[in-house]
Amino acid sequence: MEVALFVPCYVDQFYPGAARATLELLEKLGVKVSYPEGQTCCGQPMANSGYEHLTGGCNENFIKCFQGYDYIVSPSGSCVLHVKDHLHSDKAPEASNEIRHRVFELTEFLTDILKVKQLDARFPHRVGVHQSCHGQRGLMLSQMSELTASPFSKPGMLLNMVRDIELVELDRKDECCGFGGTFCVAEEAVSVKMGKDRVADHLRNGAEFITGADMSCLMHMEGILRRNKSATKVIHIAEILNSK
Amino acid sequence: MHTDKKHAALADIFNKDEARVNWHDQTLWFVRAKRDRLTHDLPEWEVLRDTASQIKNHALSRLQHYLQEFEEQALANGVQVHWAADAEEHNRIVCELLKKKGIDRMVKSKSMLTEECHLNDYLAENGIEVIDSDLGERIVQLAKEMPSHIVLPCIHKKKEEIGDIFHEHLGTEAGVSDPQVLTETARQHLRDVFITRRAALTGVNFAVAETGEMVVCTNEGNADMGAHLAEIHIASMGIEKLIPKRAHLGVFLRLLTRSATGQPITTYSSHFRRPRKGQEMHVILVDNGRSRQLARPDFKNSLKCIRCGACMNTCPVYRRSGGHSYHHAISGPIGSILAPNLDMQKFADLPFASTLCGSCSNVCPVKIDIHNQLYKWRQELVKAGYTDKKKTIAMKLMASTLASPSKFKFAGKMGRITLKYAPFTVNNRFNPWYKGREMPEPPKQSFREWYKGRGDFGSS
Repeated sequence: MEVALFVPCYVDQFYPGAARATLELLEKLGVKVSYPEGQTCCGQPMANSGYEHLTGGCNENFIKCFQGYDYIVSPSGSCVLHVKDHLHSDKAPEASNEIRHRVFELTEFLTDILKVKQLDARFPHRVGVHQSCHGQRGLMLSQMSELTASPFSKPGMLLNMVRDIELVELDRKDECCGFGGTFCVAEEAVSVKMGKDRVADHLRNGAEFITGADMSCLMHMEGILRRNKSATKVIHIAEILNSK
Repeated sequence: MHTDKKHAALADIFNKDEARVNWHDQTLWFVRAKRDRLTHDLPEWEVLRDTASQIKNHALSRLQHYLQEFEEQALANGVQVHWAADAEEHNRIVCELLKKKGIDRMVKSKSMLTEECHLNDYLAENGIEVIDSDLGERIVQLAKEMPSHIVLPCIHKKKEEIGDIFHEHLGTEAGVSDPQVLTETARQHLRDVFITRRAALTGVNFAVAETGEMVVCTNEGNADMGAHLAEIHIASMGIEKLIPKRAHLGVFLRLLTRSATGQPITTYSSHFRRPRKGQEMHVILVDNGRSRQLARPDFKNSLKCIRCGACMNTCPVYRRSGGHSYHHAISGPIGSILAPNLDMQKFADLPFASTLCGSCSNVCPVKIDIHNQLYKWRQELVKAGYTDKKKTIAMKLMASTLASPSKFKFAGKMGRITLKYAPFTVNNRFNPWYKGREMPEPPKQSFREWYKGRGDFGSS
């Protein structure tokens, strides 16, 4: 099995630790991982702003980098959802279709493809889990509170394999953090308020760390935590699953 | 409410009073939580949603057929049927019906369609006074405001503020905000209205093609009080309100109020089928852009909406920006996909007033893919040129940088260096991110730089 690691643009630049943990975790689980160097961005920032027609260049580059692998794995639910829903190319329709079916967010890759049953990880802290909307409602990584349906959680299953971790219950278990791509600057007031409220829920319930499968939401909440000089930190789920 | 301000600016004003935002958010979250309790108790809930969605899809796909069937049945029942292509024609029909009978005062129960058509303003200009009989609507009417929510029109007002309005208009004592006293005052006031008005206008929740009947759902019984006492009853409905059969009500009535307010059923679900002796009953079937929306493949299923407001209650943006920030009679996520159909330029901001979190689509009782339509409207609006030119330039630059590995590497490094050595260039009031949040701390190395150091680059 050959897996290509897709590291979203902002993770590459600002959160290399999350990408590194993803790589090391996959290797620890015996997967052969490649990192195609030419990769940049999936095109989501433009597409969600209404400029999907400008994403042709990103699409072609993405296809060039990622075709031919068994799986493409990424530590970001949002970027994976964008690729699944929107990657297309008139020049390479088959390759783009293939990639759309082979791209996985890290936690779903671990639970659904590798079928991981145990992990050698320890994280002795109180942790709040942020359900990022695109991962949860788009990729269905966990059950959604709006539906009348049985609960499940792929990130939750994995975190429960970690020794000494204590997961905290939230008052609103799957509300959006307000990041929303360009929404965070275009609708600054509401975005910040949503972020503050989400962070407050974690703090109220005693989280020392806020984790999740999407670094963009964590980046947003980190911005708010640091502004308030909070001792609580954000950490990507890959870093917990890869911790000793 | 007339404003040139866009959603972001209006939301910014709303957020100046954080305690009020908290109160508004928690009030609506309470309704969402109530809805969850009721719906999670029904094992067949998701089947009901599916069924409702399919009935509506079917009805919309054969709308002409069902409209004709409805008209035939209604006429046979002795109801007079009118067709209005747009808001203007609808308003004119209502006005003429009233003028013909020499009526200059009318009572009206809740109808979002008449808000959409700005009927009250039109009739006022023509010398006809309208009193809204839904309590929430009456309150915003007295306050000279638009409803901020389609089911809970005055949810943005605290009881003390309502007390002040009642003191000014209905003569309650100053400072009284006891809900019991205020509702009793409203009852007395509206009773007088019901008894003295010769004309009543109601909305329509569901119109049944098979029987020609109209079903109006209220919690206050105000539609009934108006219609039963008046000599002329006018029912205004959008053409998308049709359902094929009466049996289908068994699906929709179970979904509507559970979704809306977390009640098993509305207090009054009244069926109006034929006029009583001596009464005139009219129905006005209004298009006002609905056929246009029906012809848009990406957006036609927005017409399945049964106006429950669940998408508003669950929307984290709506709860923290208030209904008025949408500057349209129908606010929230559903308003944001319906409004651009009416006026793309005026409502070009609304599809962007969302994080695309998708909660709206999950609570929708008729399974409208609201968040996907928000995404699609963004594409349409940009293509049609209704976006800021500066944003277009920025997006083009971004797209060209991100499409090129070398430009991206360079820009990424520059970005990190800027943040590290010249943070003052971004950490200032011109950067909207920085206003309420710290910028990320720039790492020494990007992932790709670290990976290169590791010395095993994969094929690319």
